[in-house]
Amino acid sequence: MANKVVYAVYDDPEVLKGAARTLVSAGVKVRDVFSPFPVHGLDPIIGVKRTRLAIAAFMYGITGTSLALLGFWYFMIHDWPMNIGGKPSFTLYQNLPAFIPVAFEFTVFCAAHGMAITYLIRNKTLPGMPARNPDPRSTDDKFIMEVRTEENHLGAEAIVDLLRGTPALEINERER
Amino acid sequence: MHSESAIREPLILGHKTYHDITNDIVAPIENKAPRAWYVLITISSLIALYGIGCILYLIGTGIGVWGLNKTVDWAWDITNFVWWVGIGHAGTLISAVLLLFRQKWRMAVNRSAEAMTIFAVIMAATFPVIHMGRVWMAYWVLPLPNTFGSLWVNFNSPLLWDVFAISTYFTVSLVFWYIGLIPDFATIRDKVKSPGMKKAYGILSFGWTGNAKAWTRFEEVSLVLAGIATPLVFSVHSVVSFDFATSVIPGWHTTIFPPYFVSGAVFSGFAMVQTLLLVMRKVMKLESYITIKHIEYMNIVIIVTGSIVGVAYITELFISWYSGVEYESYAFINRATGPYWWSYWAMMTCNVVSPQVFWFKKLRTNLTFTFFMSIVVNIGMWFERFVIIVTSLHRDYLPSAWNLFHPTWVDVGIFVGTLGIFFTLYLLFARFFPVLALNELKSILKLSGESYKQQAQHHHH
Repeated sequence: MANKVVYAVYDDPEVLKGAARTLVSAGVKVRDVFSPFPVHGLDPIIGVKRTRLAIAAFMYGITGTSLALLGFWYFMIHDWPMNIGGKPSFTLYQNLPAFIPVAFEFTVFCAAHGMAITYLIRNKTLPGMPARNPDPRSTDDKFIMEVRTEENHLGAEAIVDLLRGTPALEINERER
Repeated sequence: MHSESAIREPLILGHKTYHDITNDIVAPIENKAPRAWYVLITISSLIALYGIGCILYLIGTGIGVWGLNKTVDWAWDITNFVWWVGIGHAGTLISAVLLLFRQKWRMAVNRSAEAMTIFAVIMAATFPVIHMGRVWMAYWVLPLPNTFGSLWVNFNSPLLWDVFAISTYFTVSLVFWYIGLIPDFATIRDKVKSPGMKKAYGILSFGWTGNAKAWTRFEEVSLVLAGIATPLVFSVHSVVSFDFATSVIPGWHTTIFPPYFVSGAVFSGFAMVQTLLLVMRKVMKLESYITIKHIEYMNIVIIVTGSIVGVAYITELFISWYSGVEYESYAFINRATGPYWWSYWAMMTCNVVSPQVFWFKKLRTNLTFTFFMSIVVNIGMWFERFVIIVTSLHRDYLPSAWNLFHPTWVDVGIFVGTLGIFFTLYLLFARFFPVLALNELKSILKLSGESYKQQAQHHHH
């Protein structure tokens, strides 16, 4: 039997969440949901794990701070120490107050850009990528649930039967 | 689903569906632009071209064509720089600070405020760069290995802090704005009919799918970016104020400069947002989304920040006397009564006195009056920077060097030119970009939409 994908179309986020709950409690794995805006409370129902992007941002941030401090030490203390306006550059520690603004800016710079780049790569959203949503209405006003036969013990017909029990507007089957 | 209090005024008026929101925002992009748009962009791009001409003349000839002299060596250039950076603060405040405070009204205004921020920061950055004179050496502000014995930039200098602050602020705001735009570009991509537009918005949308994990990541990125952009907004204008506060010029050497500059920046930024949005909501028929309530909320921010600015002016004045430093006292007496008294009183009237009229609900909900006030505040905030810079410099420690500043046609041309470039960029944005954050508005529709709130009330009875 060929693998099939079943799409169920809903028009309200709450209705969609109810339908997802029905399917999950029947032991069906919901592959994904495509929606025009974030549906709060959906992730625990369909088993989407929490993203670790914030941890990544923190890592990028402390990398930025460290690089900035290393740079200050090298440029201002080690390589060419200068006495500017009667304020000599002896140690990083003594000059630190003057370095705080740039250290902060560089931390933010690295955290924000590192996280943004990671986000784009992880979402596979990069310039020139083709649109991969199953139906153009999913960016307008429809909420589309995707179920795959290969991930479930049920066949396409049984899945469609289950979906008929939910207030889906349409149910479409496609070959994989 | 949690519900919102019935006494809260709705944020989306009339009966709208998700599809209506898409249509209302995508239709102006798909359809022919109104005649007013062509008229406005023609005027603003002509002014922009004149400004670019003035900038090229300045670069070709040298900054001697400005009215600067040995005493007043910073004047309109840095005034314009600070003014534009200040305007650029409202966008991030709306999108980041209000996001952290979960203010849902930000969703109708954040996109265009962020666009305004980006364009304003570009205009701001122009001034220090052209002020260098030899702009082709602008890269010298970066710590790059070089052949001067590897002489590095001075990290003790607030001017260098500014380089890092402004460039970080610009790039982070741009990323924040674009990440929010991606899902909306996808909506346009999936909606438009012309294949050319489909292709263009397809490229801009980076292949956005809107699946569950992508939205989870989207919300996380928005929250974390808001969390780090919030201290960034405060740091940027604080660093701008350090350009003055760390010097020993009477009138500049004040510890209240950072909070004073930040609140002034938010004050002028919101005024510029009002100027732009009041026109845009009318021309693009966005009255259902940018409601009187939104305008009122922004006017309330203007009263608050205007009052903080007022307190700062008076504190500054008091401390100049209380300090007992005669140079400091003279700088302030000279501001109010010297040759530039008119700019001091213009600043006081526009920034301190006039926003107080917004205590009257009738006035802060009146659109024509709000528009008028937004212009007054913008003028006042330009004068604030002029007062701080020019009146502090023109009478320095050496009376024989006392001098006045007279702007030349190049000073005026470049300032007016940046207004032209700014409005041209903004008009292009309004024509081709989704001017409201579609996905965010849809997410509050069933909570804060007028007809949904009424339905919810009927259910309770």
